[in-house]
This record gives sequence, C-alpha cells and structure tokens, in this order.
Amino acid sequence: MDKKIKEQGIITATEQITSDIYGMWVKTAQIAQNAKPGQFAAIYCKEGSRLLPRPISICEIDKEAGILRFVYRVVGKGTDEFSKLTAGDKIELMGPLGNGFPLESENVILMGGGIGIPPMLEVAKQMKGKVSVVLGYRDAENFLKSEFEPYADVYVATEDGSVGTKGNVIDAIKANSLNADTIMACGPVPMLRGIKQYATENGIDAWLSMEERMACGIGACLACVCKSKEKDSHTNVQNKRVCKDGPVFHMSEIDLD
Amino acid sequence: MSDNTKNLSTTATDETRLNTAVNIAGVELKNPVVTASGTFGSGSEYSEFVDLSLLGGVVTKGVANVPWAGNPTPRIAETYGGMLNAVGLQNPGIDLFVKRDIPFLQKYDTKIIVNVCGHTTEEYCEVVERLGDEKVDLLEINISCPNVKEGGIAFGQNPKAVEDITKAVKSVAKQPIIMKLSPNVTDITETAKAAEAGGADALSLINTLTGMKIDIEKRAFALANKTGGLSGPAIKPVAVRMVYQVANAVKLPLIGMGGIMTGEDAIEFMMAGATAIAVGTANFADPMATARIAKEIEKFMVRHGITDINEIIGCVK
Repeated sequence: MDKKIKEQGIITATEQITSDIYGMWVKTAQIAQNAKPGQFAAIYCKEGSRLLPRPISICEIDKEAGILRFVYRVVGKGTDEFSKLTAGDKIELMGPLGNGFPLESENVILMGGGIGIPPMLEVAKQMKGKVSVVLGYRDAENFLKSEFEPYADVYVATEDGSVGTKGNVIDAIKANSLNADTIMACGPVPMLRGIKQYATENGIDAWLSMEERMACGIGACLACVCKSKEKDSHTNVQNKRVCKDGPVFHMSEIDLD
Repeated sequence: MSDNTKNLSTTATDETRLNTAVNIAGVELKNPVVTASGTFGSGSEYSEFVDLSLLGGVVTKGVANVPWAGNPTPRIAETYGGMLNAVGLQNPGIDLFVKRDIPFLQKYDTKIIVNVCGHTTEEYCEVVERLGDEKVDLLEINISCPNVKEGGIAFGQNPKAVEDITKAVKSVAKQPIIMKLSPNVTDITETAKAAEAGGADALSLINTLTGMKIDIEKRAFALANKTGGLSGPAIKPVAVRMVYQVANAVKLPLIGMGGIMTGEDAIEFMMAGATAIAVGTANFADPMATARIAKEIEKFMVRHGITDINEIIGCVK
C-alpha cells in the first residue's frame, strides 16, 4: 500500500484560470513521489474555524521536482482561502489519498466534466496506448483544454453550444464517432450515470471517479460512502468508501441510480 | 495486553518522572487519552499516522448485533468551529468486528473499549453478551446517538429508560460498562444519576449536540438526514460545563469529550472532573491529534510541576 502522510508543502506558483477556477503548484517532501493519476490530497485551511481538510484532486504530478498541481473551483470559504494564497506560502496537506485510475488500456477515452476535468490531465499524460479526451464545459471558458492537446485528440462539449458539440460529453462522443475499449471519467453523478449507460450499451469498459463530502479522508469516519453493487469489505453493507475504496470505481462496482 | 504497572515517562526537558496513568472502573489507562467513538473506526486507518500504543485506549466505532447501512449522503457538513454528522452508525456488525477488529487492536499496548449500539434493549444485550469472552477491556454503551430513529438517543433522553437499559446491560456484561450520555436533555445530571442508579461503572460525555445546517443557495438541508450531531471546538464550553455538573452529581469516573483539540483542552476537561478524555473531531483536522494531545498533557505537567495527572482531576470546584 502506498504510504499516506501529512506534511507541510510550499506553494511554488498560483494561477487564476477562470472567474472561479484556480490552480496552485505545491512542493512536497514525499506526497508527490507517492502520487498516482486520479488520486487526491486533503488540503487543510489555515483559518482554525474550518476544521475539515478539502479533498482536491491531483491535476499534475512532477515527481522529479516533488511538485503537485491542484486545480480547483472556489465553492466556499475554504477554497476561497486557498485562492488567496501566493507563492512561498506554506500549506498543510495529507496524501496521496484514494486509489487512482488504472493506466493499462489499448484505446481509451478520457472524459472530464467541469471540475472533474483537472484529474484527467495527469491521466492523459501517463496513459499508454491511444488516448482521446472529451471535455464537458458549461460555456466557452475551456480551462485546461489546451494543456491536454499535446497528449491526445481533444473534443469539447458545451452546455450552451458555444464551443464544440452542444450538449454533454456523450453527445460529443456520438458527434465525433469516437470508439474505445475503455472510458475513464470524472465529473458530476448525472454525467457518470450517462457514461455508465453508454458504456454498458456499447460494450465498453468504464472507470468512474466519484465525489462526496468527506471528513477524515482515510476511510475511518464513513462520511463519504457511495452505493455499491456488492457488500463492501469494510462494513459488510453495500456502501463503498469514496476516499479509500475509490474515488475511482469500475462501473460494475457502484450503483448510480 | 499491557500489564498494570504505572506508566512512567520522562521528558528531555525535565527529569521528573510523570505519572500519566488513570483508572476507569478498575481498568488502568496508561494516559487519559482515548479516541471518541465514530471518529477513529477501529484504529486501523489511523494506525498509519499514530502508534496506537501511545494512547490510553481506543474506543471503537459503534457496533451492533448485525451490519447497519447507515444514512444516505451527504452525511457531514462543516460549520463554524465544528461539524455536523449524520453517518447513522454504519457498522459491520458484531461477527466481522470480533473476527477482524479485536485481533487488530490486540496487537497494540492500549486498552480496547468497544462502543455498543442497538435499536432495542435486546440488541444492546446481544452485542454485550457476545463481547463477554472477548479480550475487551471496557464497553461503552451508546444511548445517545442523535442520528438513528430507534434506539440511540431514544434511550438517552429519559432517566427511567437510561436506568432500565443500564440495568439490563449490566446484568449481562462481563466487562465494566460506560454509559455514553446525550447533551440533548434539560438536565444532564438526571440521566447521569439514572445511569449510576442502574449500575453503570463509568460515564462518558458528551455525545454530539443535535444541529441543522441549511444550504441557502440550494434552499435545501446540508445533510440528507436534515439534522446531525454537532461536534468540534464549537461545543467545548457546553461539554466542559456538563462534565463539571455530572462530576458533582455522581461518584462515577468520567470520560470527558467535546471539541478537544489540544492538551490544554484535555487538561480543562480533567480539571472540570473528567478522569480520562476522548479526542474525536480533532482527528479529522490532524490525523496525529491523539498522540500529540497525550504529549501536550505531559508538557503541561512538566510546565506546572504536576507529577501525577490524578492530582488535577476535578481540582476546580
């Protein structure tokens, strides 16, 4: 098992990508060395009234420099606090957490929706075999899109139709007649549900990364469970822990209905 | 299992030998720090961060006679200086617990305190009887969970019901029993006295305070269960007050908890009358919180020339 640790990282750079999407690069002593695509870190706030660490997916891993990149949306006070940090600031984080995506596939479509896009970037970089990427956005603010382009053919779906296919990521797959033997995806549950249905109907394998409110981040508190098809090994009910058993699940493991 | 010799430790800053051991119902804990039920699983996840042998005891997540699936998600929400949870006592049931979790905890030099939950008196008693021949040091009976519809708090808010279930559990228990009290009552000394009258060997308090959070953007409850239990430093003054009141109302040893984040917080509960203290929500803010707090208690002792931690229990009258 990969070792999880809590350590103090140093922010080496920050960026504001859109009105509410921000990024930061954090130098860590060990977490970057242990990290895999699709894993996340628990990032702690400095403000003491905010007790719970924020689970943020890992967008890029630079093992040589020991740097992790996080790209996140400001959705509350904690992420707003992160967005005000600058290079040189210290930040406590625990990781790497969760299982990550499997990287063996001959022909894969990576799909990201909204703030589910960032973790797919490191997957695209490390994936062997043929890689296509489908990104779903609300509008023309196509954050990170150009960063995928060196690694894959990139297709876009937008809700407002301003760029690429009007509609969702499944619409973009159909519009571009994309084929693959595996789909790997991160995004909101309705998107993952649609992907599971599409994959099932078309005989494609799919790995889906889930999101849920978390407290401990390591599998102890049972806050972040999702419905599973079979009894989970931890408590012998049909609840898998997103933070520890996931966040990436094979589509057959989880019940999204 | 550990022997019952006093735990004597020295620090680099002071050669004075410190006694940090405390006694709960005849069971000696090497130091007053235990985990708060439900925040620490059965210790295996946190053992990657903390040597469990540094703790006085591990209080497990509640275990019932059969597996419980718990509540729908979202199960937690952060609040100012605290958090709400409505996990709903998801647990593997006693069979898997006995097979997997007790042997795991036996590898460590710490006391094993099993938290027991149920919907009915019979269910509590079934679990307690099953644990009778297991290598478990103490049982904590959860009659105060605010997040399950039957059992839990339904037992914990009525003094007569508290006395009855305490008697029933005590009559089948082979280990000393700790009754865990709810703060969601008008006068916690009444339920404390009822537990004492029913034969409890110790009390732990407080469980979480029932709370609610509304997401005003979505016009919806933050928790699927609508209400949840509030924990964390936001509740600490309430918990210290209740520990003080109960310490002055009963003769039983108390395990105090509610928002303990530091060794100083732990000392405050002990001065109010707690013999031991439990660390819960702090584990989420710092996975090493338990061992850190044990160390901070020692530092406080050194700083104040306290050689025996028992000197301070209930010292503020």
